[in-house]
Amino acid sequence: MEILDQGKGELFVDPDPDKLRGFFRGKNRKLIDKCMTLKDAVDKFVNNGDYLGIGGFGANRTPIAACHEILRQGKKNLGFAGHTATHDMQILSAGEAYDRIDVAYVVGLEARGLSSCSRKYLESGKVKITEWTNYSLTVRLQAAAMGVPYLPARNIMGTDTFNYSAAKMAECPFTGKKLALLPALSPDVSFIHVHEADMYGNARFKGIATSDIDLAKASKRLIITCERLISNDEIRRDPSSTKIPYFLVDAVCEVPYGAYPGTMPYEYFSDEEHIKEWMSTEKDPDAFKEFLDRNIYNVKDNDGYIMENGGLKKMQKLRRKEFLFKEED
Amino acid sequence: MADYNMMEMMISVASRELENGATVGVGTGAPCAAAMLAQKMASPELIIMFEAGGISPELPEMPISVGDSRTFHKALMAGSMGDIMESCSRGFVDYTFLGGAQIDMYGNLNSTVIGDHANPKVRLPGSGGANDFASFCWRMMVMTPQDARRFVEKVDFMTTPGWLEGGDSRAESGLPLDAGPYKIITNMAVMDFEPVSKRMRIISVNPGYSLQDIQDNCGFELLKADKIVETQAPTEEELRILREEVDPYGYVIGR
Repeated sequence: MEILDQGKGELFVDPDPDKLRGFFRGKNRKLIDKCMTLKDAVDKFVNNGDYLGIGGFGANRTPIAACHEILRQGKKNLGFAGHTATHDMQILSAGEAYDRIDVAYVVGLEARGLSSCSRKYLESGKVKITEWTNYSLTVRLQAAAMGVPYLPARNIMGTDTFNYSAAKMAECPFTGKKLALLPALSPDVSFIHVHEADMYGNARFKGIATSDIDLAKASKRLIITCERLISNDEIRRDPSSTKIPYFLVDAVCEVPYGAYPGTMPYEYFSDEEHIKEWMSTEKDPDAFKEFLDRNIYNVKDNDGYIMENGGLKKMQKLRRKEFLFKEED
Repeated sequence: MADYNMMEMMISVASRELENGATVGVGTGAPCAAAMLAQKMASPELIIMFEAGGISPELPEMPISVGDSRTFHKALMAGSMGDIMESCSRGFVDYTFLGGAQIDMYGNLNSTVIGDHANPKVRLPGSGGANDFASFCWRMMVMTPQDARRFVEKVDFMTTPGWLEGGDSRAESGLPLDAGPYKIITNMAVMDFEPVSKRMRIISVNPGYSLQDIQDNCGFELLKADKIVETQAPTEEELRILREEVDPYGYVIGR
């Protein structure tokens, strides 16, 4: 195949599907109890230098508790898929946990504005950056999920986003049209937060899927954090609801409010006050250090973080907000 | 004449572009407000799509994120990003609204860096879904304040495709044929693109502004349509719906 053009960005993950198949060949298929604490899961499955995938979109159904644990354990030199990475990126930037990033959407928190902490870290020169787009990263995960080395798409051509990506361009053998070839992306380890999972890792979530089904299939190791554990009987009673099958999963961690301060659909809405506090505090290094200690480094786990921020009362309030109850406050 | 601000003007003008029965891919903020206003005025069957997977929600309020619960509240489908972007790629999505820190005369947008990519003055969010929407949706529109720092001769980084270098360059690039920038809506004017050169062209002037104001607040030479009309200001009805129903807390319109 003749390559017509190619981006000059670095390709951080080898797209060879036979290497991925080789890895999956060795993965345990048995129905075994995979429940453990998030602390143990991060300790066991996240290595310094790994390429990390984070599920959800923006601060929605995003495994925030896992990001905190990555900071607490001081994981470093990670690669990171910045697929509408907002508050998760803010946390990982605060801990300088990654040193290379595939950018689709970073630094911003959508309508809330830009994170000065994420911005400073990307501007520091400490991070290698390759540019993509949200759909490009979705397609790259889809390629890995399919077990092929790349997929063609018709976006990004003609732009600097292509020039600073690691995509290539070639002519379609059927139509003669130009196509962007997007290389498969299989993260070493990913976290996805869901509503319910059984002890084996069969997982369900409600609401939009974003790109999580492909992320689950593409990732070498997958850690599910869930709002609630459910029985295997319940999974078998309603198999149409299973979104992620157990054999993709390495660990199941029950972490209620694991997406806080983001939104968990049908459970709780985002805590905008707390996110605002993040965004104002991160501008002052001393205050920010104290803030991170209080919310992340000096708390034991997500329960500690929730207690630090209003506990069950706050969570109940955010639940009422999710369901659009009007209330005075 | 009704009293209105810049955001109300742009949102009202933008909303009138969205005809009933069309599909539109939107983000948070002004684009979402324009789509909501259109639904409450002439286009009740306008289908709103959010890139994270929400299809045709009954929006109870302005979303904070294009993936928050509101984006699939009473929706027809809570799908995936693939569902949305593949629909765009197959030609099912008529309109999208985008923005950026910089725009050039061909409607190319920068939302990645100000300055050099390796050593930027300001690092911005990057494409997100903007490049994808602009590559695939039939008609891309931009709502932005008119300002010479924003309307530049050359964008520092071309994140999102407009008509690229103008002329036939977009058709030759490999991007889907016949899709591209359609209208640029500012506080001072509405611009389209001259069909052959694909350069930005003034087609209507907002009340209170002159052609000179528009050119003075633009970093490149704007073409002028043969017939230039005055933009219709927001009507009392549009303003009422915008303020009372679409954005009662003033998140976007700032009241």
